[in-house]
Amino acid sequence: MDLIGTLLANWPRLLDGTAMTLKLTVTAALISVVITPLLALGRVHAGPVAGGLLRLYVSFVRGTPLLAQLFLVFYGSGQFRPFFQEWGLWGFIREPFNCCVLVLVMYTTAYQAEILRGGIQAVPRGEVEAAQAVGMTYRQILRRVIFPHAVRFAWPGLGNEMIILVKGSALASVVTVFDLMGRSRQIFLHSFDFAIYIWAAAIYLMITACIVLLWRLIELRLARHMHPSSPLPGASP
Amino acid sequence: MFDQFSFGNTGWGDELLSGLGVTVRLAAATLPVGLLIGFGVAQLLMARSFMLRAVGVGYTTLMRGLPEILTLFMVYNGVGLALKSFSQHFAPGGAGFDISPFVAGTTALALVFGAFAAEVIRGGFIAIPRGQIEAGQAIGMSPAQIFWRIKLPQLWRFALPGLGNLWLGLLKDTSLVSIIAVNDLMRMTKVAVGVTKQPFTFYLVACAIYWVLCLFSETALARMERRANRGVARA
Repeated sequence: MDLIGTLLANWPRLLDGTAMTLKLTVTAALISVVITPLLALGRVHAGPVAGGLLRLYVSFVRGTPLLAQLFLVFYGSGQFRPFFQEWGLWGFIREPFNCCVLVLVMYTTAYQAEILRGGIQAVPRGEVEAAQAVGMTYRQILRRVIFPHAVRFAWPGLGNEMIILVKGSALASVVTVFDLMGRSRQIFLHSFDFAIYIWAAAIYLMITACIVLLWRLIELRLARHMHPSSPLPGASP
Repeated sequence: MFDQFSFGNTGWGDELLSGLGVTVRLAAATLPVGLLIGFGVAQLLMARSFMLRAVGVGYTTLMRGLPEILTLFMVYNGVGLALKSFSQHFAPGGAGFDISPFVAGTTALALVFGAFAAEVIRGGFIAIPRGQIEAGQAIGMSPAQIFWRIKLPQLWRFALPGLGNLWLGLLKDTSLVSIIAVNDLMRMTKVAVGVTKQPFTFYLVACAIYWVLCLFSETALARMERRANRGVARA
């Protein structure tokens, strides 16, 4: 097995696949940043009907394989082709990349919302009452009290979800998206060179290692008021 | 519209059911192997020797960091290549033999399951109060007796919630094995879709079956947890 030779012969395609994996993951992650807080708040505050629907959504996503969800959306949308065409969405849903992002967002927000809900419910009641007492509106309380706490509590769990998202994005290769997994598989089927899988594994591990590192750094920053040794710039002693 | 899910030659009910059988068999075959790997790697993680610990940490980091589908292809293609060169070595020009997709799938799933289970099992061992083990030593129990009478019964109690989550993950991950041509629920659904041209209906039914399987497992696990904790006072 010639690791270096394999890399020299295939690095442009590996790089291309890595870029696609990152594109899938980052797009899904950025969209989930907008949706997750709404779902989490919904889980905390929604009435019986909306709350029930949200619980059903979360239970469905967590109870079914990601691959089945992907096939349901990617192949299943074909059954409603006239409907999608009428709404002008057929061009969007037919594209494998869009389908993958859609399914990854559905998948990750269901898990993330439960984690963030835990964070929201862990915010001390007294702090919310104090914010109400000084006359903050609900939006202000959310932005200044609830979310800063909740995100800090949920941060490690959300980091796990990011890693699961990277790993889940590899399924895109099954619906003809040439991500890192898809490219490696393509190269293997042409050359039967096992070394390509080793390189793919190394790149996936590097991506997850970067996420772990990034998450630790942001975690330290989110909790900077908890470390008295590093005072905020401009803070009075 | 329910005709197409009837049993026999006209409907897909029996095909889906046989796929479900394969899915359950895959998960059931993986569980004991995965638990065994998990136990072994947990011992490595708790070993005194730095080298053994490093091997354990390396294994769990690798297997938990790779996409399951990559592990699956590495096992399926890698073992296939190894077997081929092995058979060529002893019988040049022979046809060789291939690894069965079912075995490859079970192996890959067990390798992944074992890595996650090792962390859960290690957590369970750590949660056992040190004083109980010392008490066992004080009344003259052998290490084996301490393991069977003190550690294992409680390990079960501490590790069950984590292992339950892993079981649910395993049930869902079996769907990946359909990619390497194992006739599980996912693949039988694909076959049905190919004939009926009703992808949404059939994949929705497949999702629903996995969902029911998971809900059923959750109920069973909750019951097992209650039973495992029957001798413990509620906080």
